Amino acid sequence: MAIPALTARRARLNRLDTKGSPYLYVLPFFVLFGAFGLFPLIYTGYVSFNDWNLLDAGSHEWVGLANYRELVRDPYFWNALGNTLSIWVLSTVPQLLAALWIAHLLNHKLRARTSLRMGVLLPNITSIVAVTIVFTQLFGRDFGMVNWLLGVVGIGPIDWQADTWSSHLAISIIVAWRWTGYNALIYLASMQAVPHDLYEAAELDGASSAQQFWKITVPMLRPTIIFTAVISTIGGLQIIAEPLLFAGSSTPTGGSDRQFQTAALFMYEQGFREFRFGYASAIAWTLCLVIAVFAIANYLITRRIANDEE
Amino acid sequence: MLLSRSVRALTAAAAAAVMLTACGSGSDEGGAGDGGNVTLNVNLFGNFGYEELYREYEKANPNVKIKESTAAYNDHHRNLATHLATGSGAGDIEGVDTGFIAQMREVGKQFTDLGTERQAEYLPWKWQASLTKDGQQIGYGTDVGGLAICYRRDLFQKAGLPTDRDEVSASWASGWDKYIEQGQKYAEKAPAGTAFFDGAGALYNAVIGQAPVGFYSEDNTIVVGSNPEVRKAWDLVVKAVQSNLSAKLLESSPEWNNGFAKGQFATIACPAWMMAKIKDQSKNAAGKWDVAAVPGGGGNWGGSYLTVPKQGKHVEEAKKLAAWLTAPEQQAKVFTSKGLLPSIPALYDKPEIAQYKDPFFNDAPVGKIFTTAAKELKPQYQGPRTGDIQTTIRDGLVRVEQGKQSSDESWQQTVSDVDRLAK
Repeated sequence: MAIPALTARRARLNRLDTKGSPYLYVLPFFVLFGAFGLFPLIYTGYVSFNDWNLLDAGSHEWVGLANYRELVRDPYFWNALGNTLSIWVLSTVPQLLAALWIAHLLNHKLRARTSLRMGVLLPNITSIVAVTIVFTQLFGRDFGMVNWLLGVVGIGPIDWQADTWSSHLAISIIVAWRWTGYNALIYLASMQAVPHDLYEAAELDGASSAQQFWKITVPMLRPTIIFTAVISTIGGLQIIAEPLLFAGSSTPTGGSDRQFQTAALFMYEQGFREFRFGYASAIAWTLCLVIAVFAIANYLITRRIANDEE
Repeated sequence: MLLSRSVRALTAAAAAAVMLTACGSGSDEGGAGDGGNVTLNVNLFGNFGYEELYREYEKANPNVKIKESTAAYNDHHRNLATHLATGSGAGDIEGVDTGFIAQMREVGKQFTDLGTERQAEYLPWKWQASLTKDGQQIGYGTDVGGLAICYRRDLFQKAGLPTDRDEVSASWASGWDKYIEQGQKYAEKAPAGTAFFDGAGALYNAVIGQAPVGFYSEDNTIVVGSNPEVRKAWDLVVKAVQSNLSAKLLESSPEWNNGFAKGQFATIACPAWMMAKIKDQSKNAAGKWDVAAVPGGGGNWGGSYLTVPKQGKHVEEAKKLAAWLTAPEQQAKVFTSKGLLPSIPALYDKPEIAQYKDPFFNDAPVGKIFTTAAKELKPQYQGPRTGDIQTTIRDGLVRVEQGKQSSDESWQQTVSDVDRLAK
């Protein structure tokens, strides 16, 4: 009597083990993701529907979509979004092209190749704050090295912070300097996975080095290029530390006329200077959606380009 | 082979990156150590001149260790507000400037009540400014600003202006218009690469600091758009900028600090605490600086408080230290070492203060200049957003300096930006 019941129980346990234990193994990730990823995301969404004053010990009032309605009519938000896109394009496009080129060079047989390959990653492991402070000095109006060099060829001096184009250019250079090597290394890793016989065959057919690069390397790198384009989009649209420090006076308005205030910086200003937690959360969610749209668009475009190459 | 080598290199680089990142976040855990020792975190901005006093206090109280952190002016106050809002992260003692004390007063319940025992010591308006509506005192006053003009004798001489401080004071005694006139004379023969004053924002703070009513009326409403004094000060500074007298530097920016070392400007609006900054930034120019009276006389810019947030771990110890640092003897010491003007009027008549001459400033009688200024000082009411309004107006003036906008365009944008702050 007792034995069949026992086997049945054991069988049930066995079934539970095979079906249940995989969930148990992946559970830690989902617990952490839930606590530090999903919950803040949803909570921010909830906060964005409230008029929420951070200073006043979190007193809040449900206002529905009012924050979003205000946001679409706020000229400073559109200004910040425009600045973000401009800085993103100025930094990402040259950055990825340069990274591809550097990776191509590093893929050749070179002296001290390993140290060169590691060297390109160095900018990426330096502190973002230190880098920005150094670059801000290089771009200094009165005693900066960039203006001094430009002066040698008879240009300038340029007040880099003052104008929209000059501040965007300077910030883009800081961003590109930091991330080009990182992307180059990713490209390099995937270049090395390209089968060598493809190049040999191309060489036999008389393809030039440039042809080999555009007809073999780039198409073979397609998944990697898509990956870097999407990652750079996500990173580039969230830029905050560079414009904050570039201002030199630690005010989050991005220059005297908000000429280099990015969307993330605008969010910071609203959240931590105006203490409008609800409005800042609405900006955060809107920015999240904008980034998602751009990342998807980028994915589609880069896939298309790479397809045409084939 | 080739692949595995580069994979190894990549791994090494990645590992190095991880390690460097890990190094970045040091441990700064304060709190109680063993045997009843306490570490008090004091968070300040600029230079309060407390270094030597800490050592003295630690010697007298061997169980106390003091750790000071300083941040830039705006950063510091933004951090403090954030820490109060989120309920953690504030220091045991937090410095607060006049521009932000009203904002902190609004959230007074976040601070320890320091009681009324010391009320009689203080300048009445200084005491009042950090008092909440229900009579809770949130901060001990440290210093008051007062106002003077610090100037470079050597640059004045090269430009053919009088260098004697009484003559300099007399040349603009009747007001800021005369100051600009002197500036125009300076500009005619100015040494290359120098301007008459540091930047529009700083000059504006000094000019508005003399008005009886500034950005706020006493019922806590912002009057930037309607108070004629605010526009008058704006026009005056714009005139100075358009006469090409500004070195176009943002106060407290790295370039501004550099401007001291390079001698980029000949005068600077000089509340007493500015003398500490000048000493820090232009060590190579000791003896070349001097101090003259401010155009028009009177006025105040800045001055600070020490507060004790309730969230601190050692509130009682912190209260003791804050009271000690702001006690008359210590305020007197900070005046002679760093030039910060005491907020305790009984000190103004003490000979070691009233007759103090500072060798760094060519033996200028700074004691006499600043105690006279402090006695004449008519306090101006400050509201919760004073500090941010200052920054907004500064940005407006910078747009004029940078030639991005005309004075009127910039003024209109400034007023609407200030309206946004009021929301």
